[in-house]
Amino acid sequence: TLVFTEEDKYGLYSNLLFKYFLAEGIVCGHDLFVASAKEHPDNILKELPAPLLDDTYRKELGDEAATRSEDVQDSMKIAWRYQNLPKMEASPTTYTKFGHYYDLSKKMSPELCQSIKWHGFYLHEESSFESKTKAWNMNSGYARLLQSIQRIISQEGFDGSDPQKKQRNVLRIGIQSLGSILWGDDICCSDTPEDAHSLTKFLYVLRGLLRKSLSACIITVPAHLIQNKAIMERVTNLSDMVVGLESFIGSERETNPLYKDYHGLVHVHQIPRLNSLICDVSDTKDLAFRLKRKQFTIERLHLPPDLSDTVSRASKQDLAGSAKLLSSGCGAMAIGKKHLDF
Amino acid sequence: QGKFTLLRDTRTDGSFLVHHFLSFYLRAGCKVCFVALLQSFSHYNIVAQKLGVNLTAAKEQGQLVFLEGLKSCLDLLFGEEEQPGQPSPLQFLSTSDLRALFDFVWVSLTPRDGDSWKGPVLLVDDLSVLLSLGAAPVAVLDFIHYCRVSVCCQLKGNIVVLVHSNEDSEDEENELVVSSLCHHSDLILWAEGLATGFCKDVHGQIKIIKRLSLRQAAEQDLVHIYQYKIQDRNVTFFARGLSNAVL
Repeated sequence: TLVFTEEDKYGLYSNLLFKYFLAEGIVCGHDLFVASAKEHPDNILKELPAPLLDDTYRKELGDEAATRSEDVQDSMKIAWRYQNLPKMEASPTTYTKFGHYYDLSKKMSPELCQSIKWHGFYLHEESSFESKTKAWNMNSGYARLLQSIQRIISQEGFDGSDPQKKQRNVLRIGIQSLGSILWGDDICCSDTPEDAHSLTKFLYVLRGLLRKSLSACIITVPAHLIQNKAIMERVTNLSDMVVGLESFIGSERETNPLYKDYHGLVHVHQIPRLNSLICDVSDTKDLAFRLKRKQFTIERLHLPPDLSDTVSRASKQDLAGSAKLLSSGCGAMAIGKKHLDF
Repeated sequence: QGKFTLLRDTRTDGSFLVHHFLSFYLRAGCKVCFVALLQSFSHYNIVAQKLGVNLTAAKEQGQLVFLEGLKSCLDLLFGEEEQPGQPSPLQFLSTSDLRALFDFVWVSLTPRDGDSWKGPVLLVDDLSVLLSLGAAPVAVLDFIHYCRVSVCCQLKGNIVVLVHSNEDSEDEENELVVSSLCHHSDLILWAEGLATGFCKDVHGQIKIIKRLSLRQAAEQDLVHIYQYKIQDRNVTFFARGLSNAVL
C-alpha cells in the first residue's frame, strides 16, 4: 500500500509520522528501507522514538490507556492495512496486541534498531543511474531509487521469488521529502517544471513494485511547495491513501480559540479501496493532531465548551465562522473523543 | 452494438461501475479486452468473485484478455531488453507513444478462428492515468479515436472507458480529454459524490445521460438521476431522497 503524506509547512509533524512508521516496523520485526535526499538514513534511525513495552509506562499515561486497549483493534485507522499481515514469529520484543505506543522524549536503543535488517538510500551517496533497457524516461534520482528498491525486493525475497524462505517478512519503505529540489526535481520551484511527469511515473512504478511484494510504503512530500496543482491531483489518483498535515504554526489559526487544544489538522484526502467494491469510510472527516511531551495524538476535532459568560461577542462570531469550515459530521462529535494513537 | 460508454467520476470513486461492466459483459459471453492500468489482477478478481464471475477461468478460456499495467511496466523497466518486433503495450512510459497500446487492443479483439464469443468489448480503467504517465492529451484522444474506428465500427463491439474529473480541477489536460470524450459518447454514466458532503447511507449520485443527440440531429439527450449506496456484493439505486435510511 502506498501512503502519501503531504508535509506541513515546516515538516515537523510529517517527520514525526514518518518516524512512527519506521519505529513500528522495527518493533514488529519488519525490514526497513529508508530513503532520503535530505538526511542520512543512519541519522534518521538514530532519532526514532523508544517504544513503551513495560506495563508500568502505560500506567504513567493514566487510566485512559487501559480503556483504550479495547479500542486498539480499530484505532489504527490510518494504518489499517497492516491487519492483513501474516503472523510473525517471536521477536526480541514480543507483543500481544496490535500496535504500540512510543515515548517521544526518549530515543530508541541502538540494540533495538540493529535487531532488524535495514537498507538505507541516501541520494548523494549513491552511484549515478545506469540501466540495461532504454525504457527509463524520468528523473535520474527517482530512477536510481526505484532500481534500489526493486533490487532489495527481489534479493531479499519480498516478492515471493525465493521458495526456500519459510518465514516471509514485510518490507517497510519510507521515502522522505520526495519531489523536493534535493531530488533533482523542479516541481517545487517552478509553475512549468521541466519534467512534470517524473513524480507521477515514479509513483506508478513504485505502486507496481508494492503490489507484487509484501511491502508498504510511506512517502512525505512538501506539497505546499508544489506550484502546479494538477500534479497533486494526479498523485492522489495514483496513491492508495493520501493524508495532509496542516500545522497551525505561523498561521492565523494558531490564535483561533476553536483550535486552542491542537497543533494542526489532519486532512484525509483519500483512503484505500482495495479488493472490495466498497471502501471503509469513517464517520468523521475532521481530525486534528496535537503534540504532547511524550506523544503525538490524532483526535476528532470537536468544539470546545461554550462558556457563554466569559466569551465576548467578537470571538463568538469567530467561532461560528470557523465552524462553518468544518464538514457536516461535526455535530455528533461532542459526545466523546476517539483517540488514534500511534 | 458499436457503442461508446463513458464512465466518469467526480469527488468519489467510480470504479464500482467498472467492476459492474466487467462482470456484465463476461456473463453475456462477450470477448473482453481489459486495459487495467491502476490496480492489480487480484483486486479485480476478488471483487468479480463477489459479483459471481471468475476472471481466472475467463482468462484461461481466452474470453478475457487482461493487460495488467502495473505488472507490464515492471517488465518493461526491469526486464530484459525488449524484442524489436514486439514492443510492450506500456511503451508510452518511455516514448509517450500510444501506438503500441492500440496494437495490443487490436490484436486482442480481432476474432480468431474457433472463437465463438459474442461481440468484442474494450474496457479501460482508467484513462486519466495515461496523462500522468507522459502521454499528451491529443495522443490520448487519438488513441481513443483509433479504438472507436476499429472496435466500434469495424468489429461492431463496445467500448467502456473510465475517467476522473473534478470541478475546479487545475488539471487542464485532463479536463480537455474528459470534455472531448463527453461530446463523442453514446452513453455517459457520471458518478458524483454528494454536494453536501459524505453520508453513510447515500454514497453518491449517478447521472445517466443517453446521448441521443449524437446520432439524430433533432433529438434531445435523456438525463436520469439516481442516488446509490454501495454494498459488499452489489449496489442499490434509488430515486433521489428516497434512500432507505430516510423512509
